[in-house]
Amino acid sequence: METDELIKALAADTRRSGISMAGAWSGAGLAAVAVAAVVFFALLGARPDIADAAQTVRFLFKFVVTTALAASAFGLLHILSRPDADVRRSLPRLVVAPALLVAGVVAEIVVSLPGTWSAQLVGTNSLVCLTYIPLIGIGPLVLLLLALRHGAPSYPSLAGAMAGLAAGGIAATFYAAHCTDDSPLFVATWYTIAIAALTLLGAIGARRFVRW
Amino acid sequence: MAGTSEWEEGRLSDVDDGDIARLLRAALEGDERAYGDFLHKTAGLIRAWARRRTTFSGLDPEDIVQETLLAIHVKRHTWRSDGPVAPWLYAIARHKLVDALRRQGRHPRIEISEVEGRLAAEEAESVRDWEIGRALETLTPGQRSVVTAISVEGRTIAEAARSLEMNETAVRVALHRGLAAIARRFGRD
Repeated sequence: METDELIKALAADTRRSGISMAGAWSGAGLAAVAVAAVVFFALLGARPDIADAAQTVRFLFKFVVTTALAASAFGLLHILSRPDADVRRSLPRLVVAPALLVAGVVAEIVVSLPGTWSAQLVGTNSLVCLTYIPLIGIGPLVLLLLALRHGAPSYPSLAGAMAGLAAGGIAATFYAAHCTDDSPLFVATWYTIAIAALTLLGAIGARRFVRW
Repeated sequence: MAGTSEWEEGRLSDVDDGDIARLLRAALEGDERAYGDFLHKTAGLIRAWARRRTTFSGLDPEDIVQETLLAIHVKRHTWRSDGPVAPWLYAIARHKLVDALRRQGRHPRIEISEVEGRLAAEEAESVRDWEIGRALETLTPGQRSVVTAISVEGRTIAEAARSLEMNETAVRVALHRGLAAIARRFGRD
C-alpha cells in the first residue's frame, strides 16, 4: 500500500478515535476512587474510634501525605499519557508527598522520646498494611492502566509507575482511616513499601499492556 | 521530553505549525478534506525526518512514515488542541522509529546483500510492499476488502458499500476496526 493510499483510508475513517483524554482521566480517576472505596468498606471499614482519632494531628497528617501523593501522581500520569509530555519539567512535583513525610518524621523524632521510636515504627499493623494497601490499590491500578492505554505515552514504564503511585496514594488514603498506627515513622516505613509494590506492578503492567 | 538539539532539525516555524494545527483542528471537527491535507503535509515532514534517521539501519523510511501516520490517526485524541502540533508529531514519529529499530534488532530480516540489491532495484521498481501490506493480510477478509477498496482502489465510502454490497455504516465500522487492528499490530513484536 502506498502512503497516498493509506492517507485515503485514514481520511475516510471519520469515526472518532474514542473519548478525549480529559474525559478518560476524569472517568478513570472517579472509578478508581469508587472501586477503592468499595473494597475498603467491604474488607476493612474505618477504625471504631475514628471520631476521636480525627482530633489528633498524627491521624490527620496521614491523609495530608497520602492525598498529596495521589493528587501529584495522578496529575503527572495525565501529563505522561501524551506522547509529547515534558518529563523533566513535570517530575519535580512528585517531591511534595515525600517532603511532607520527611517533615513529619523529623517532627515525630523531635517531639517523642527516643525509646519509643522503634515501637512506633514497628507498630501493630504492619502486615495488615502490607496486605490491604496493595489489595485496595489493585483495582484502581487496572483502571488507571486502561486509561493510560487509551493515551500514547512515550515512556510507558514511567507512566505505569505513576499509575501505581496514584493507585497506591488512593489505597493508602482509605487504608489510613482503618489503621491505628498513626506515627509518621510507621507511615514512612510500611506505607512506602506497600505503595512501592504497586508502583513496580504499574511499571511492569504498562510495559506489557500499554503498547501503541 | 523533546531535547532541543534533536528536535530542531525537524522543527516547523511558528507559521507552519499554525497552518498544520488549523488543519488538524478542522479535521478533528469532522472536515475530511482538511484531514487529508494535514496527513499529506505530515507525511512530507516525517519522510524528511525519517530519511535522516534510517540511513544504514536497513529500515525503509517509508515504513516509519506509514506507521507514524497510523499512530497519529488512532491517537489523535492525545493532541492538545491549544498546543503546537510539531512536538506531538515528532514524539509519535520517534516512538515509531524506536519501535521499528527494536523490531529490526530482534528479527533482522534483511541481509546486507539484500539491502544492496534493493538499493539497486529501488530506482527502477515502482511497486514496493511495505510493512503495512503485510499487516493488511492479517485482517479479517471483510475488513481487508473494505480497507483495500478505500485505499488502494481509491473508492469513497458509498462506492465501497455498493461494490461490496454492504451498508455504509458497516463499511465505516469495518474501516475503523481494520485501521485500528493494523495500528495495533505495529505496537506488537
